Order: sequence, then structure tokens, then C-alpha cells
Amino acid sequence: MARTITLRTTSRSAATSVAQGATLESPWVRWTLTSIAIVFLGLFLFMPLAVVFVSAFGKGIAAYFASFREPDALAAIRLTLLAAGIAVPMNLVFGVAAAWAIAKFEFIGKSLLITLIDLPFSVSPVVSGLVYVLIFGLQGLLGPWLRAHDIKIIFAVPGIVLATIFVTFPFVARELIPLIQAQGNDEEEAALTLGASGWQTFFRVTLPNVKWGLVYGVIICNARAMGEFGAVSVVSGHIRGLTNTMPLHIEILYNEYQFVPAFAVASLLALLALLTLVVKSVVEWKSQQDLKEPEEDWSVEPA
Amino acid sequence: MAITLKKRSILPGFGLTLGFTLSYLALIVLIPLSATFLKASTVTWTRFWQTISDPRAVASYRISFGASLIAALINLVFGLLVAWVLVRYTFPGKRLVDSLVDLPFALPTAVAGIALTTIYSSHGWVGRYLEPLGIKAAYSPLGIVIALTFIGLPFVVRTVQPVLEDLDKDVEEAASSLGANRLQIFTRVILPAILPAALTGFTMAFARAVGEYGSVVFISGNMPMRTEITPLLIITKLDQYDYAGATAIAVVMLVASFTLLLAINLLQKWSSRGQRGESREEAVIAGNPLEPSFVQ
Repeated sequence: MARTITLRTTSRSAATSVAQGATLESPWVRWTLTSIAIVFLGLFLFMPLAVVFVSAFGKGIAAYFASFREPDALAAIRLTLLAAGIAVPMNLVFGVAAAWAIAKFEFIGKSLLITLIDLPFSVSPVVSGLVYVLIFGLQGLLGPWLRAHDIKIIFAVPGIVLATIFVTFPFVARELIPLIQAQGNDEEEAALTLGASGWQTFFRVTLPNVKWGLVYGVIICNARAMGEFGAVSVVSGHIRGLTNTMPLHIEILYNEYQFVPAFAVASLLALLALLTLVVKSVVEWKSQQDLKEPEEDWSVEPA
Repeated sequence: MAITLKKRSILPGFGLTLGFTLSYLALIVLIPLSATFLKASTVTWTRFWQTISDPRAVASYRISFGASLIAALINLVFGLLVAWVLVRYTFPGKRLVDSLVDLPFALPTAVAGIALTTIYSSHGWVGRYLEPLGIKAAYSPLGIVIALTFIGLPFVVRTVQPVLEDLDKDVEEAASSLGANRLQIFTRVILPAILPAALTGFTMAFARAVGEYGSVVFISGNMPMRTEITPLLIITKLDQYDYAGATAIAVVMLVASFTLLLAINLLQKWSSRGQRGESREEAVIAGNPLEPSFVQ
């Protein structure tokens, strides 16, 4: 296997100018490959995105906005905001704590812990919902006890929040761990030596260094939380106006052939997805800017 | 940026953060997941076997795993192509295309589901041209493959892209000066270097597709034995209050996902070793740290 030794940034531009013939295909091949790639992406990415907006405005702008005056649609939007509003902050706190423990310290079983944090990614959303039904449902482990105390979790809002937390569990942690690891411990150790407290060190040294990664972790976590379908579908019970989130509301409208309202609600989630991609691009650009001036980073943080 | 942190650290907060991490992990993930296996263990072995080997269940595995395999293969081929085009060529709108590749990570599956169904149904933008050819895309196994291809699209692109960017062109130039043609250079020099990453992306796309539910239910038509995927079978059993049956099928799915997770971990280790002979963590950092952590 070829080892890469040269500097990444310089090799590309230098190589292209030196020996183009050796590393570049003929224009004809290039054109064909690019076209195939564009057609493939057009069919699978651009078209689904476009069809959402075209269908949403299929009967005019008035019909589009009328879709959001439905009480059930508003209730669904409210519930989605509530579920994400609880799930994202909880997973943010978890992600920061996990990243601190994993990235700043060496301990036994660390890679096992990282794998376990990733678990919700590899579990089918339907199974994620099912596990909570098996615990909190009427026939579940805690079912009789919950019933006796008149607490409803499944087919109610708490179940939806729990399922949302489960499926978006790893996002912030996965984003932060490699970033904090890359920073090393030197800056924090310097801050502590200079008399900063643990919290001061965290908020004034560690956090500013990884802020862009944190922003992206939160926004992708939020996009997933608001868009989760399978897991929430299992625990929701589909009670209109009460336990329907936006994706579940879309399903009901679509199955009732109410295509304009269905796609109108879907267009909000599609906009959220686009916003997420924009934030990701900005974050990548910002962090590249930060990488370009590492010396400044060192001097800017007097802590 | 080498990490040499083998010594005792003076940083505070280890007990607090690790304690919180472990309790939250146990409460949200580990205890609920083990409850599934606990529930499954209350069923007798014969009953369990009957449920998971029922013809309808077996048909659903065939559809779920078969369609996921085809979709992952499509993504392997086209993912390599897209990564290649994005890294090596320039064309107008390339940055936009590059950032849109992540769309399936960010777009809710239900939205993808209704959008793809609308496109591929008999009156849809693409479906209307397929129908005269006798190809039924929506409400058929082909529809499942289409939805799963969408879901898994970013994985191969995003695993191969950084490796391709890091690839040293000197080696290609050397091969060329030694008389190799472009195709030989690709198959003998470039392909071996990106193969581990491509296989990792392929396995991730496959694993994601196997568990996928939201985008598939709209386009598949959900006919038992023909277009019923395994996650849908679990939902069907739940709707009939057959909790034991749903749990048994869920255990099959969990075992499959854990196996795939293990395979992905091994592939990633191989991939990062082959790439630069460093530990996995370092390879992750050396790549683009802001890449989405290949979500399943």
C-alpha cells in the first residue's frame, strides 16, 4: 500500500502543472465521467429536492400557506419543536461530557465506549422505537407499574422525546471527540497552571477551539431530531393533534392523498435540511480558515 | 499533531464526565437494548425459531438484505465515480454539488420517501417514461432499491473522497514514466489505495439500508412476501399486539446490525492502516475532522 509522505496542500497544484498527461484523462473521458456523475446525482439528489417544492406549490402560494393554518399541522410543528428542544440540549450536554472524558484522558475500554456510543446509528429506527415499547408499553417491563401510577409514556409525548433522544444520541459526541483529540492537552494544561479553574479552562480554552464542530454537531443532531420517522412512528400511536410530529403528519396527509399540504409540511423539513448543509459548508470553510492561522490561535487565547 | 497522551493527566473532570457519560449511555441505550434481549428470552426457543423462520419473515429478509445489497453496490460504483469527479475534475457548480452530496444525511426519510414515490410513480417525472418500457418503479422491489440508493448515497463518496485527495500523484507519474497507461494506473495504483475506504463506505451504506424504514414504506407498496421489508414486518406485528413476534424479528435485525458494526470497525482499522500506518484515531483526525461521522 502506498504511503503518503508529501504535504497534502502543495502536492495537488504542483503535480497538475508538472505532468498533466500522466495524471489526467483525455478531455473526452473527463467529460463523460462528469456527465454520468451529474446525471446520477441529478436523478437521486436534485430531483427529490425539486419535487418537494414543485408539489408544495402545485396549487399556488395561497394553498401552500393554507396548509399551515390547519390546527393539526400546527400541533405537529409544535410537537416536533418540543421533542427536538428537549433531545438536542440533552445530547449536547452528553456529547460534550463524553468528548471531554474520551478525548482528554486515556483509560481502559475507551474504544469499546466509542463503539457503544455509536450503537444507535447501527440500530434500525423501528427497533429503536420498539425497545421503548418493550419497557414502557402496556405489556412492557414497567407497564403495570406505570399504569398503576397513571403515567403514559408510550403513545404519548414522553415516548416521542425518548425515541428522538435515542436516534440522535451519538451526533454531538461523534463530532467533538476527534476535534478535541486533535487539539491536544497543552493549552488546557497551560491554563490550569496559570490558575484557571476547570470550568474556566473548558469554557475559555477548549470550547472556543472546537466551536465550529460543536455548531455542526448541534445542527445535524437537530435536523435528525426533527426529521425522525421510524422510531417515533412506533412509539407515537398517531393521535392527530396530540402525538403526531411533522414527519408523521406528512405520512397521514400523503396517505389521504392531500398532496399539497403533505408536501408543504415536507418543504419546511427540506428547508431545514438545506440550512443544515449550508451551515456545514460554512463550518468547513471557517475551520479551514482557523487551520490556516494556527500561530494566531495560540496567542489569542491568554485565558 | 501527534498525540502522546499516555501519562497521567492533570486535567480535572474525568470522574464527573465519564460518570455522566456512562450513566446516560446506560439509561438511554444499553438498558433499553438489553430489555429487547430480555423480552426475547421469555419466549421458548421453538416459538422464537418459528417466528423468525416463518416464510413471510424469510421473504422480508430476502427483500431487505437483497435490495440493500443492490443499492450498496450501485452506491459503490457511482460513489467512486462521484468522488473521483469531485476530487480530480473541475466543472461549474462543483462546490454546490459537493455540499449537496450530504443531502440524504440531512433530509428526513419521510420527505425523501414521498418525493421519490412522486417521481417514480406512473405519472411522475421519471415514472411516466419508465412505464411505457414496462418498468414499474414505484410499488415494486425496484422502488425499494431506489429509496435505499438515495439513503446510502453519501457513504462511499465521503469515505473515498479524503483518501483520493491525499493520494500522492508522484506515484501515478512514476507509473506513467514506467510505461503504464491510464487504465493500468487506475486499476494497479489508485484502486488498491482507495479500496479499503470504498469497502468501508459500501458496508456503511449496506448497514444503513438494512434498517431503513421511512423512505421505503412510501415507495414499496408494502405487499407481504413481495415488497415487505423486515422493519415493516416488525411494525405490522406490533400493530397486531404480537410483541413477542416483533421482538423475535427485532433480535434478528439487532444481531445483523451488530455484525455489520463489527465489520465496519474492522474495515476502518484496515483502511486507516493501509492509508498511513497510524492508529485509527490519528487517521480520523488527519482526515477532514468535520466530515459527518458517517451516520447510520
